[in-house]
Parts: sequence; C-alpha cells; structure tokens
Amino acid sequence: MWHAFRNLLRHRVLIQSLVARELKARYRGSVFGFLWSFINPLLLLAVYTTVFMTIFTPPQGQGVDTQPYALFLFCGLLPWTWFSASLLDASNSLLVGGNLIKKLLFPAEVLPIVSVLANGVHFLLGLPIYFLFWIVFKDDAVSLHALWLPVVMLVQLVFTLGLALFLAALAVHFRDIRDILANVLTLWFFMTPIIYPLSFVSERAPWQITWVIGYLNPMSHILNGYHTAIFEGALIPWKRLPVTLAVALVLFFLGYFFFDRLRDSFPEEV
Amino acid sequence: MSVPAAIIIDRVCKQYRRFAHTHRFLTLKSAIVGGNMFAALAPDQVFTALDDVSMTVEKGETFGVIGGNGAGKSTLLKIIAGTTKPTTGEAEVNGKISALIELGAGFHPEISGRENVFINGIMLGLTRAEIKERFDDIVAFAELEEFIDAPVKTYSSGMYMRLGFSVAIHVDPDVLLIDEVLAVGDESYVHKCLDKIAEFKRRGKTILLVSHALETVTRLCDRVMWLRDGQVQTIGDPPAVIGAYRNWVAHKEEEELAAGHQERVEAVTAQDPSDGAVPEPAQPAPAAPAEPDQGSKQGAEAPYEPGRWGSRQVSIEEIRLLDDAGEQRYVFACGAPMTIEMRLSAAKPVEDFVFGVGIFNPNGVCCYGTNTDIEKFEAGSLTGEATVLVVIPELNLIEGTYYLDAAVHRRDSFAYDYHRGLCRFRTTSTVGDVGVARLQHTWEFDGSVAWQRTGGIAPGGE
Repeated sequence: MWHAFRNLLRHRVLIQSLVARELKARYRGSVFGFLWSFINPLLLLAVYTTVFMTIFTPPQGQGVDTQPYALFLFCGLLPWTWFSASLLDASNSLLVGGNLIKKLLFPAEVLPIVSVLANGVHFLLGLPIYFLFWIVFKDDAVSLHALWLPVVMLVQLVFTLGLALFLAALAVHFRDIRDILANVLTLWFFMTPIIYPLSFVSERAPWQITWVIGYLNPMSHILNGYHTAIFEGALIPWKRLPVTLAVALVLFFLGYFFFDRLRDSFPEEV
Repeated sequence: MSVPAAIIIDRVCKQYRRFAHTHRFLTLKSAIVGGNMFAALAPDQVFTALDDVSMTVEKGETFGVIGGNGAGKSTLLKIIAGTTKPTTGEAEVNGKISALIELGAGFHPEISGRENVFINGIMLGLTRAEIKERFDDIVAFAELEEFIDAPVKTYSSGMYMRLGFSVAIHVDPDVLLIDEVLAVGDESYVHKCLDKIAEFKRRGKTILLVSHALETVTRLCDRVMWLRDGQVQTIGDPPAVIGAYRNWVAHKEEEELAAGHQERVEAVTAQDPSDGAVPEPAQPAPAAPAEPDQGSKQGAEAPYEPGRWGSRQVSIEEIRLLDDAGEQRYVFACGAPMTIEMRLSAAKPVEDFVFGVGIFNPNGVCCYGTNTDIEKFEAGSLTGEATVLVVIPELNLIEGTYYLDAAVHRRDSFAYDYHRGLCRFRTTSTVGDVGVARLQHTWEFDGSVAWQRTGGIAPGGE
C-alpha cells in the first residue's frame, strides 16, 4: 500500500521539473505571461459577481452570512477551479504525453499527478488575491482559523489525485471520458456548496438532494472546510473532514491500483 | 567468477493485440453493461511480433540486430529498454541503460533548449547536478551553442535530433541501445556520432545496434543477430550473418520480380485483341532497340510504360533471363553473366525480320539497345519455332532495377511482336558507384601514394 507513496517520492525530482515546465510553457507567448495566473481567477470572479449582483440575489444560508458575496464566491471558486481543471487536464494527460510513455521508460503516473500539482500552483497563486480582497472588503484581520487551510488543501489534494489517476487510466481506453467529464463537472459544481453555503440546501431541496450535497459529496465537505477556515473564520468541520480524508485515501489507493493494473496497456493504446 | 551478461533475453514472445474497428468507439456504458470492464478490453486478434526469441549480450560486446521490415527489431529494443513488457518470457538488463530510440521524445516545444536538456536528462535518469556538470559538453556535442536558449519549436528537425542524441549519449550508460538514429545530421556529424559510439566501445560499454546500414553493422559489431518474422534466424559472426541476410534479400527480390513478371505479361496480353492483325499502335514501333538514341528521347518525353503490340505474325512466346548455369533469374550481380532467351514462333514463314533488345532504367533512359539489323545480320528466313539468345558475358550495369524491351519487327520497323518492359530485373552491387554502366577499370598509383586498406571489388566479384 505504501508502495504507491514511495513511488511518488522516488519520482519527486521528475514531478517537480515537469510541474515547473508545465507552468513555464503554459503562458509562453502570451502578453501577460505569468500574470494570467492572477488575472484568470479575477475575471472568473467578475463574471460571477456580476451575475449574482444584478440578476440573482445571493443565496443566504441559515445562520450563515455570505456577505460580502464576492468574497464568499471567490473562496469557493478558487479550490473548485483547481479541482475541475486538474481532472480535465489529467484525463487528457496520458494522451498528450503519449510520446513519453511510448518512447521512453517513463513512469506514466507522473503525468496525471503533474496535472493536479500544476493546477495546485495556480490555486496557491490565487490565494494572496483572496486575502487581499479580504482586507479590502472586510476591513478586518484574517482569523487564526485560516491556519487550517493546509489541512483542507491536503484532503482536496489526495481526493483529486485519486480521481485523476482513475480518470487518466480510463480515458486511454475510453476517449468518451473527456466529454462526459466536462458535463459531470458542471453538475458537480452545482451539487457542491460553492455559489451557496452548505446550510442553504437543507431548507428547500428534497431530502435526496440534501443528502447527496450534505453527506455523500466529498467536495461538499472540502468546500465547507474552505468556507469555515478562511471565510467565516471558524473551526473546520473536524468530524467530517477526517472522514473525507479517509475516503480520499481509499480512493487514492483504488485509483493507483486501477492505474497500475492498466499501465501495461498504455504504450499500445495512446 | 564470471561477469554477468549485460542483456539476457530468455524465450521472449510479444503479441500485439489488434482491436476490431468498432472497439475504438466502444463506450463506457457498453463496457459496464457488458459486465466486466477488463473482459471488454480483451483483444479480437493477436499479432505476434516476437516469437520465442532468446539471446545474450555479454558485457562490453557490440551486438547488431538486422532483419527486414516488420521482423520485430524495434519491438525487441522496446522490450530491452523496458518501455514494453514481453507477453511471455524474461528480459533482463544489468546496468544503467540509455536508449537512442526516439531522440528528443520528451522535448516540450514551447520551452528553451536549455530547460529541455535538464528535463530530458532527468527523464533519462540523471540528477540535476550531473546534468549541470555535463551541460556544456551536451550543448557542444549538439553544436547548438547559439540556439540553446531558443524555444525548441524553432529548431530544425536536425537540431532537434542532435540535441536528443547528445543528451542521450551523455547519460553515460552501461548499456546503449541504438535504433537507426545515425541519420541525425550531415556526413561529418554522422562520423562524430560513430566516433562517440566507438569511444563507448573502447571503454567497455555494451552496445546494441539495430540498423539497416549493413556496412556500419559489419564495421562496429562483434556479433550479429538476424531476426526474421519475429524469430531468430541466426546469431553469429557479422560477415557470415550479413552474407546470409543479403542472400535472403536477393532471393526475396527475385521472387517478387518473378511474380510481377508473370502478372504483367498476362495483364498486357489479355488486353490485346489476339486476332493478329493489330493496327500499328500510336506508339511508334521504330523503337528503342533499333535506334537507342530515339528511345532515350522518347523516354524523356513520355513516361516509360510497359506494353505489348504487334501483328503477331511472329510472336514472342517467352522471355527468360538466365544465369551462367542456365537457371532463370531476376537478380544479377553487377558484372555477372546474363543471357536473354527469347522463344519465338512464326505462324507463317517470314523473310524480313529483325530481333532487338533494349535495357531501360525506371526513368526511361535506354542503358543499352541493339538489334540484328544494326549489327549487320542479313535476314534469311524464319519458320516455326525458334530460340534466340543474347549472351552478355558481363552485365556491367550499376545497381538498380531495369526493364527489358524485346522485339521482332520488319526492317521498316513494322512490329511483329513488341514486348516493352514486361520483363524486369535487378542488378546488385556492393560498390556504390554511380551512373549507368560500370566501365571496366583499374586504379594505378605511383610515387608516394599509400593506402590503409586496398578496397576494390573486382568486376564480377561477390
């Protein structure tokens, strides 16, 4: 079981340099270059804020203040973008990097992992902007509970890695995955408390939906973790988050196992 | 104590699975509905690329692998490199391995050559410090000092390959795998690469070389394996194995040419109305054999196309090319004897007849042509069956494929039967001389001309 982790540790230099390459290559040739890492989340924020300020009224949860709403949105959009972009990139990663798998003695699992980590770096670059906005909007010091942030990120990282490995391996054999995934992610986005707080659903949705969003969806707990830690400034859901971590770990090992099982078929299929 | 072998291949089989066309579009749904996901991934057809291959390469040995296309050479290399696993059997490599298989496979086009060297080096198993230490050598060997900071996408394919070669060779492996990569640059660069490989050899490293350049294989390798249809044909001394391989290639070509000959004659004859009184074709019969000059001009204007025409008052029943033992052949060594045999039959006796032959290359250039009229034979009479032989003691044509024209016609060029290019043959030569014909010659030197080695294959040699 620890074999999976040990393997990753062994390839850390390779992963590190590939992540660096990914980031360097990403914005090569664009005018703003690396600034896009900051501009992208800002533009996304502008779009959502416009929609919710002018068309919809921001959803309110029971006993939860989502004001200032732009900040609340940003707090959820940043990690979600990391998650969804990672999965989309990862499901493509083996096909794009087919040359490496086919022609070099190359550990294939590195590719989806690099996708997740490179998007993770973009997420990290977005965080200072969030805290900048916090200071501007709230006119308040950031709560000490923000120190829980790394814990929440770790849970998300493990969960995303597991899914990424699984999807990357599957997408080699079923190219349909990429199209299905894009749509599934849209649904998943609305089934996760991002544009609304977690307590918002329990009041009006049918119990099945509430159940899925409130309990079954691991991303709900992760996003709730972000909301409590850096938006509300409260203690993270200390019971649910460890359970989510356990689920994420199981998923990671299953994903790794599945990937390993299909590994030999990659050079011939990509 | 014995030194362990560098590469041990033990009864390796490799089967590639071929999926039916529809399989590619199989959806996730049908896999799930069908039950077992892994069962849905089962192949429909199996192609055996390697079949029970066993070999051992000792430490410090340079081992060559030759064979025709699709013989499994590249599959074998992939298995040794570890990018593919054998279906059954074991492949073991002792020592650090570097594969000059796909040069620059890991390069990213958007980032600079410098960054790519580092990442490629790490992929090939070097540490950052090792790359830093060798960086200048790598760039110098690739001759890319000026361009190393430009993005790789701006490189020419030659620059790309040179950088890839340079990184791979500076990994300093114990076992070096080389697959046809010596086409990475101009002549002088190829020599530089060969020197580098020779240096590896001197330092006692193991080299496995896959190549079609038989000369290079002979020069570099200690032992050679000939793979044929995924099986080991022979392993042994380079000259012996390569000789056997060359024979096999010649034999195969002969078979192909023979099959082609039969088909062409049948196809053309079938098109022809066979009632004999064929009107003169648009293509003028005062053809190549009669006037070689005109023939070559014609060839330059119109593409050389096989055909057959004539009135068939006299018909050419069969054309055969014979070697000195009287055996029918399609491949001749340059300088070897060749006899053109024409079997004729005249429906009625004729008194005006000329026999002619012409040899053309695929560009339609007449290499040689003659007929009995040019050579001052006065026609007497021709009745019934006859055999005409053109005996050429030394076929001094340079290596290549040739087409034979053979004809019987009247002195005024009215054709009885004209076979154009229906018979095809090849000449082979180990000398790389150029032109049309190999003129007989010797080299003579005096004074202080000294040679390392006197080459020179006598005409008719091999």
